[in-house]
Amino acid sequence: MPQMLHHLRETPSQTAGPYVHIGLTPNFAGIDGVYPADLGTAMVNGKTKGERIAIAGRVIDGAGEALRDCLVEIWQADAAGLYPSPSETRGSADPNFAGWGRCPADAATGEYRFETVKPGCVPFPDGRLQAPHVTFWIVARGINLGLNTRLYFGDEAEANAADPILSRIEHRSRVRTLIAERVGDGYRFDIRLQGPDETIFFDI
Amino acid sequence: MSTAGSNSSPETGAFWPRDRAWHPPPLTPAYKTSVLRSPQRALISFSNTLSEVTGPVFGQNLFGELDNDLIHNFAKPGESAQGPRIIVHGRILDERGQGVPGVLVEFWQANAAGRYRHKKDGYLAPLDPNFGGCGRTISGVDGGYAFRTIKPGPYPWPNGVNDWRPAHIHFSIFGSGFAQRLITQMYFEGDPLIRTCPIVNGIRDPAAIEQLTAPLDLAATIPMDSMAYKFDIVLRGRRSTLFENRLEGN
Ligand SMILES: [Fe+3]
Repeated sequence: MPQMLHHLRETPSQTAGPYVHIGLTPNFAGIDGVYPADLGTAMVNGKTKGERIAIAGRVIDGAGEALRDCLVEIWQADAAGLYPSPSETRGSADPNFAGWGRCPADAATGEYRFETVKPGCVPFPDGRLQAPHVTFWIVARGINLGLNTRLYFGDEAEANAADPILSRIEHRSRVRTLIAERVGDGYRFDIRLQGPDETIFFDI
Repeated sequence: MSTAGSNSSPETGAFWPRDRAWHPPPLTPAYKTSVLRSPQRALISFSNTLSEVTGPVFGQNLFGELDNDLIHNFAKPGESAQGPRIIVHGRILDERGQGVPGVLVEFWQANAAGRYRHKKDGYLAPLDPNFGGCGRTISGVDGGYAFRTIKPGPYPWPNGVNDWRPAHIHFSIFGSGFAQRLITQMYFEGDPLIRTCPIVNGIRDPAAIEQLTAPLDLAATIPMDSMAYKFDIVLRGRRSTLFENRLEGN
């Protein structure tokens, strides 16, 4: 028999459940005094470079109802297209930009909202530029493994048309599920878990 | 920000593909909420880009003294949470078996009676005035982590008419890349409710359920103080930067 590989297996996922707020946004859940503030609530400060934008929307189930108990996290590059991460080797990202945000859906409306900056372009592994985008990760009761998707910007038609990922999506009518439309100083991005307009989710 | 792993070279390789047959599938009808919340179309796959291999960093300066002590982090001065005192400890590893340092681990749980401090929890078991139910820590240089808490109670939940969750602690884990992001639950060795739970049984392979079941670890107990359970967590592995990715400038 050949030697063993000794690889481990990834810990299996389990749903975040209905009480995810206790662990990830305890102040939002009314558990005061344990942490000074919830993590991921401030992505920008007064010195952050780039165009300030808001990203807001809802996560909608197969019956057309907004999830009012979900939690959304986003991860994006800064205005120059650099990630504030040790794995970013092309340069140093804006020290006044967190890159990561976390937001529980509003308990009454299901609305999530992030105040951030518009990201710059990040290269694909083959060197082509990707269109500006924001990575989304959605967890909730009833979601057994966190869902990954991406937001692209509706006013970046040229970059979107050349994007290496968007351009290889076979069912062209589904591409629009990843495009956030500009509304005022922000972008609207609703995520549909099921139905004819089901959002594209990625296996990253 | 400084991290426990900041003196080692950053990892930049792509992640090994996720084995989705090992995880519960999106649609597990016995867990009723999954029916309307499970995407039905095939996921679209693409090779990792920088957007997936990078991820946020959390520094040691984030943590308060009691963040990893659920017995005391919500309790009034001089008081403590009620219930069996336990230590939960283990290592954050990747699929290559290497410890992952600098990982933010967040956890939350019901109190010893099975009640959450949450306005949507209507279970008639009592709240413990000295128990909040949340904590966090960061893994050390070898990937090790530990926290102190009380053993949570099982609780009933509205799914079938008589469904009870096994005792569990919820975990949220960040790796070094955002594609490693994971939420899961730890169960306790010997709990008969594990095998009847529709959420647990969304996992098809019994060995994967075993992976979520923490053994009693008598060697790590503190005599006359706390029992201990060991829970190792495995994050997705990365390819070697040197051989699988083009080097900078090549
Ligand atoms: Fe729970």
